[in-house]
Amino acid sequence: MTAALRFDPIRLPEKCEQLRKEVRAFLAEEIAAGTFDPHKPNREDTDAPEFSRRVGAKGWLGMTWPKKYGGQERSFLERYVVTEEMRVANAPTRRFFVADRQSGPVLIKYAPEHIKMDILPRICRGEICFAIGMSEPNSGSDLFAAKTRATKTDGGYLINGTKIWTSSAHIADYMIAIFRTSPPTKENRRHGLTQFLVKMKQPGIEVNPIGQITGQYEFNEVVFTDFFVPEDHVLGEVDGAWKQATSELAYERSGPERFLETYYVLTELVRAVGPDPDTRSAEGIGRLVAQLHTMRRMSVSVAGMLQAGKEPVVEASIVKDIGTVWEQQLPHRVRDLAAFVEETATNRETLQRQLDFAIKTAPKLTIQGGTTEVLRGIIARGLGLR
Amino acid sequence: MAESDNIVVETAEKIFADLADPQTINNDKKDSWQAPLWQALSEAGLPLSWVPDDLGGSGASLADGFALLNAAGRFAIAVPLAETMLAGWLLAQAKISSPEGEMTVLPASPRDRITLDADGALSGRCRGIPFAKAAKHFAVLAYGKDGISIALVDAGKGRIESGLNVGYDHSDTVTLDKVQPVAIKVAPKGFDQTTMMLIGGVARSLQIAGALESMLDISVRYSNERVAFEKKISKFQAVQHNLARLAGESAAALAAATSAADAIANAKSFDDEVYLEAASAKIRCAEAAEKGGGIAHQVHGAIGFTNEHILHRYSLRALAWRDDFGSESHWAVELGKLVARRGADELWPLVASR
Repeated sequence: MTAALRFDPIRLPEKCEQLRKEVRAFLAEEIAAGTFDPHKPNREDTDAPEFSRRVGAKGWLGMTWPKKYGGQERSFLERYVVTEEMRVANAPTRRFFVADRQSGPVLIKYAPEHIKMDILPRICRGEICFAIGMSEPNSGSDLFAAKTRATKTDGGYLINGTKIWTSSAHIADYMIAIFRTSPPTKENRRHGLTQFLVKMKQPGIEVNPIGQITGQYEFNEVVFTDFFVPEDHVLGEVDGAWKQATSELAYERSGPERFLETYYVLTELVRAVGPDPDTRSAEGIGRLVAQLHTMRRMSVSVAGMLQAGKEPVVEASIVKDIGTVWEQQLPHRVRDLAAFVEETATNRETLQRQLDFAIKTAPKLTIQGGTTEVLRGIIARGLGLR
Repeated sequence: MAESDNIVVETAEKIFADLADPQTINNDKKDSWQAPLWQALSEAGLPLSWVPDDLGGSGASLADGFALLNAAGRFAIAVPLAETMLAGWLLAQAKISSPEGEMTVLPASPRDRITLDADGALSGRCRGIPFAKAAKHFAVLAYGKDGISIALVDAGKGRIESGLNVGYDHSDTVTLDKVQPVAIKVAPKGFDQTTMMLIGGVARSLQIAGALESMLDISVRYSNERVAFEKKISKFQAVQHNLARLAGESAAALAAATSAADAIANAKSFDDEVYLEAASAKIRCAEAAEKGGGIAHQVHGAIGFTNEHILHRYSLRALAWRDDFGSESHWAVELGKLVARRGADELWPLVASR
């Protein structure tokens, strides 16, 4: 066999179920206290700093990290449960999600010890927000076309250039970004980029909000003008960011957030059709649930591989490809099925409002964090085609 | 599922490789490979994997048997291995010993039903019975006035209208008209036709997943050999992306089927959670058979559309297996009803329970 793809039927261990109960109880309290409305994914302000601190106080941020950095040394499968319960409840995770999923692990791997000791505990306490500075006006999927320069100067680097589509940059305390420290070589066009830790909210950084078609303002243009980054904020090898980028992708790509972003419309459809649906609705719901269940089983399987110390890059890319295409189509399938929902259904308006928002959200799902085209390229490489 | 994880699969794969090589079988117009293959499988005790030793079988676990069916799918095995395994398993539920030779199960559709009358005779018409024509015995699930029974029936007592499924395997209509069984016993409490359809559906799901694994394998290989426009077609991005999608469908089928097999192998009862797993596997694998098989054909072009090429052995069987033990449409309706009955706020807890 050329393609030994593995998706073993990993089950979440018993301790995860206890944790799940705790997370659900916590979220129910937060909902009751009015922190957020689970039926309103389309809130305008998705930042909830106090909620973020309370999640941190629960020990649910950086929960897989070493204890000396404020972590809990718990498993990826436990983190998985926290992530999926937050997502399904439409909890306002914006402030901490990127730091917890991506930025923290990058720092653990590449930052000097004193920086880790400074920043990681604050992530765990839910105090700080991270952004990721990858895309530029002329560099999106083609990461290695990045032009924003980091020029060596006394004790550090001067940054000049523009990052774009940077989610949460307007609220972020830090950004992990790639900047050009050398030109690419003839042999390796990926050479010359370096990963940096950037402290935001300082002179020399201008953050300009960009409106999205959903009506939200989540991403930004970030302009650096002679912005100074100290030497010890270099993460990993100078000019060698390309070697560091790939191993983190499995974490980023296979989580429950890659198929649950529009899940709420399915719940609301089930509510709208009631306990005794017609055949058409029943079949439609049955198929969607079967597809959802399958993706979740695939995603849990990848989480199990990560826990076992493997690097299932291809499997993770498959989960994101199938998952994002599914969550993108979901509002449209739900709309099809909702066409004959009774006028008397009590949640008609809620469903309609949610559908309107999910349909506007849908186009981004197959673009953010690695486009469908990039993912299929990675899968094709894994199959031995490139 | 990894190859050769256990001794049952290892034994089977060796037999399949020796006696059921897809290319050799495909070239054999007289089907002379069938008898030696069946004999070797029988000698290894594989058709009665799921029958305990004291009932005449080899007593393998449910999990090992499911892994065997996945391997059978990878070779597109076209003898009644899965059917005999299911029949033996069904009989064992009522502690009825399995006879030697090929068997199949009645009914093989949730819409058909066999009834048991007061005289102990069985009647009913079942369509789409896989390999009925090759079977020496039928394992039958029957509904009577006093409940559900499991029976062993001499195949010669049934009327068989022969037919073929889209994979060119026998899929026959069997009519029992007041047939006296060889043996009959009451089914265990809680066991019904739905239980049987779910197990059969998971068996088919594993076979479909196996067929898709092979379709991916031969499609990748072909794309790395075939040259068009002066380069290997695997170098065209459009082809690469199609194959990436095929990998996704194959992966989804494998994940759904192995998860359901694992759920059933470890189930204490057939609750909503197991129902979700088994029904989802059949639905998702059937969808993958269509989407994935379509891509495999697209990659192969005209050669894949010929009798001479082995692709159809996988692609058509995967499509045919969708129909057995409840189609994806059937299970989608039933799963949808289950979800609706439980209510909107119970959907996520159900999904997350797995």
